[in-house]
Amino acid sequence: MLPLLCGLLLLASCSGGSPSALNPAGTGAARVNGLWWLLFWTSVAVFAEVMALLAWALVFRRGAARVRHGQPLRFVVILGAGLPFVILVAVYGVALRDLAALGAGPGRDPLTVEVIGHQWWWEVRYAGRSGATANEIHIPVGERVKVRLRTDDVLHSFWVPQLMPKTDLISGETRETWLEARQAGSYRGQCAEYCGTQHAHMAFLVVAQPRADFDAFLTRLDAPARAPQTDAERRGQQAFVQGTCAACHTVRGTGAQGRVGPDLSNVGSRWSIGAGAVPNDAGHLGGWIANSQSVKPGNAMPPQPVDAARLPDLIAYLRSLE
Amino acid sequence: MSTTTSTAGGIDRDDLARLAEHWDEPRSLRAWFTTVDHKKIGRRYLVTAGFFFALAGLSALVMRTQLARPEAGVLSPDEYNQLFTMHGTAMIFLFATPMLFGFGNFLVPLMIGSRDMAFPRLNAFGYWVFLFAGLFMWASLPFGAAPNNGWFAYAPLNQEQHNPGLHMDVYALGLLFLGISTTSGAINFIVTALKLRAPGMSLNRVPLFVWAIVATAFMVVFALPALNADNAMLFLDRRFGTHFFDPGGGGNVLLWQHLFWIFGHPDVYIIVMPGLGIVSAVLPAFTRRGVVGYPLIVLAIVAISIVSFGVWVHHMFATGLPQLSYSFFSAASTIITIPSGIQIFAWLATMLLGRLVLRTPLLFVIGFIVTFVLGGFTGAMFALTPFDQQVTDSYFVVAHFHYVLLGGALFPILAGIYYWLPKITGRMYHEGLARWAFWLFFIGMHVTFFPMHLIGLFGMPRRVYTYRGGLGWDVGNLISTIGAYLLAVSLLLTLIGVVHAVRRGRPAPADPWEGDTLEWSAASPPEPYNFPVIPRVHSLHPTWDERTAESTTTGATEDRILSEGRRTLFTSELDARSERAAEMPEPSFKPLVLAGALLVFFISMLLAWYPIAIAAVVTVAATLAAWLWPVRRPDEELGVAS
Repeated sequence: MLPLLCGLLLLASCSGGSPSALNPAGTGAARVNGLWWLLFWTSVAVFAEVMALLAWALVFRRGAARVRHGQPLRFVVILGAGLPFVILVAVYGVALRDLAALGAGPGRDPLTVEVIGHQWWWEVRYAGRSGATANEIHIPVGERVKVRLRTDDVLHSFWVPQLMPKTDLISGETRETWLEARQAGSYRGQCAEYCGTQHAHMAFLVVAQPRADFDAFLTRLDAPARAPQTDAERRGQQAFVQGTCAACHTVRGTGAQGRVGPDLSNVGSRWSIGAGAVPNDAGHLGGWIANSQSVKPGNAMPPQPVDAARLPDLIAYLRSLE
Repeated sequence: MSTTTSTAGGIDRDDLARLAEHWDEPRSLRAWFTTVDHKKIGRRYLVTAGFFFALAGLSALVMRTQLARPEAGVLSPDEYNQLFTMHGTAMIFLFATPMLFGFGNFLVPLMIGSRDMAFPRLNAFGYWVFLFAGLFMWASLPFGAAPNNGWFAYAPLNQEQHNPGLHMDVYALGLLFLGISTTSGAINFIVTALKLRAPGMSLNRVPLFVWAIVATAFMVVFALPALNADNAMLFLDRRFGTHFFDPGGGGNVLLWQHLFWIFGHPDVYIIVMPGLGIVSAVLPAFTRRGVVGYPLIVLAIVAISIVSFGVWVHHMFATGLPQLSYSFFSAASTIITIPSGIQIFAWLATMLLGRLVLRTPLLFVIGFIVTFVLGGFTGAMFALTPFDQQVTDSYFVVAHFHYVLLGGALFPILAGIYYWLPKITGRMYHEGLARWAFWLFFIGMHVTFFPMHLIGLFGMPRRVYTYRGGLGWDVGNLISTIGAYLLAVSLLLTLIGVVHAVRRGRPAPADPWEGDTLEWSAASPPEPYNFPVIPRVHSLHPTWDERTAESTTTGATEDRILSEGRRTLFTSELDARSERAAEMPEPSFKPLVLAGALLVFFISMLLAWYPIAIAAVVTVAATLAAWLWPVRRPDEELGVAS
């Protein structure tokens, strides 16, 4: 069993696509990773001890004769209570230190991201900025960023295995956690508290980028969305603003100011559609607009009666919003 | 049916005839509905819980099929969410506890040398309520109205505005209904074990299994009110517009979690403790000696049942409560593993000093040790807040609690099925078939659940009906699904083995394993009155003790034969000194009627037929009044005559 385990662990740490807690890229997750390996090797040692005793009994103590009723209480107390107590006190101490480290949080006046959970997507805002994005959290690499967590409906849980352990989003309350990525890159996160029909499709991406790129991202977040450049994009924008889309979605700088669904001002550059449901490309986007219920059943967006001739324009427009 | 008509010493054929006259029940439909015999009720608990286990297991198999590969379409999200909720709810509430209560029902009176439970009619009532509550919950599935919010049903997703339909009404009412059965069963175990022990069975000679059942019963009595309060408030919120868990109306969503886990963590031990008791009961026969460290194990049982009430917040380590409270609950959750460690090493010492007879029940006990120890390691890991926050609500926790529950409850239950099958059915099982079942089960268990540790660490959350490929989760999920099918085959083999034993097995002797506890001195299957002579106990291993055998043959005395009526013996709580003979109740329809009226009440509450609900309440009250109406008791039972 053990070789199988190690093999699989190695295999996983090699594969780049896995949001594995054993492949940490953030300060918080790195600490827990260290704790995990301490716990793992301690468990292996104690398990070996138990298995050795069991094997000894199985090999050397077979038979059917009634035996004397010895009571080796010292054996039981030392191995069953004394040794575990020493081990547990030690790991408890280590864990307490890690708990304090995770609770320390960022310093004064940190960059603050507001994350609001919705069934089933994540709204992302930055303190002092008017714009919003969805299912994608940009942070500067190497900085400790405060994350304020609220939920618009039921409980959710904010989890980026490679960066930071979970913090739940509690209805009617605000929770705080922090993120610190040590290397630039994209780290997948996902809702970890069961939140209804589409709990499976409530993923997000944390994009850790150099400070200059991040600042550029923030600047774009306050500016109007990219204006349409081609005729198709212009027709798409018109269909978007005058059609049903604008009732629920915002595109900054246009008449579309809906607040029910995600802000789409930079939808063209996002990693996915539907909080990780499908990749963000023209085909999936068209399918999503026409009938997102077949992609992510139960989500709040009803099938759209879009004129077939207008669909390519809409797709072109939304793809252009970067 | 084998009979022990041999008469020797103080008991004669007249006594046996009178005992049969007072205790035998005719084989009729009426007797089937009115029986109060703890052995029949125990068997019914085992069979019914087995049936609900099959339903919950098949639900899991369908879910594993859906998860075998990424983005499969075997189930819709709504179907998956109902199935995972029913799987968990049924395994916890409709299988594990009732199954172990079934063993307790059958065995506790036999192990303590009594002729029945303290309250036989309450016992029958408890069974009917369990059956009806189980059917009530499962019947919602074909209507697409089964609970769909996970077995711990967090607020506010359990509220009407987030979860319309009957789903969570079925959950709240079903668990309230079932709680009546569990509570009455627990009270019955406590009184039975304290008042009905054979003379001489002082508390330090009580079998460890009985200790485990009694400690479990105490935990039930103290833990269930929290769950009942939770569910009552949930139903009021949903149906009558209160706002206990609705933050929009000033309610608090974490109140649900606190109350749920104040019940829920003791419940883990409510499930595992009787399993550990089975291990302690099975070991002596197959190690040829008593379990090492009896007082230590009793202390461990008592310690767990108390400390288990102080660890619930470790289920809420990610909710953002203050760090100080986390460090307290983390310490308590760490310490609670020590009593389990004591028990594990007591069993290992028993095996090391004993002589192992490798029959199927012992194989399952060994499988238990391997599995439960691994579940214990990950359990201790979950006690540590930072690690818990990383892996809670991921597949790592799914792996952990399946190691604990299959390890701590299902392995012992299977050991118990093979161990006591001769006693329960009077037939021996097929050893070859049983060994196949064991190996498939052991392998299937680890193939199914070990990979879940890894996919959890790789970031896969629990309770997702599907997942994207290429995230490092594909291989683990496929292996896990293959394991689930192995488990299904092994359990099918167990079922075949039981049916084969009942139909074709060779007749079992009274004591096929040379066990040490009193059930092995009764016939296989036991007479309706269990013991022609209630034995006198002189030690911890009465069946290995010649003085006990002597007390039922040449040493039998009138005060332990009690053939003048349907009687058993009351003894004192601590030292088990003879107090008086107690008249036991006759079969009755009242338990069935009362349970039926409650079923009508809960169905009409569910469907909002309130006039019918009121009529049901009246029926319940009338039946209770008839049941509890004082009867004229003989003077000697009232303690008036000497």
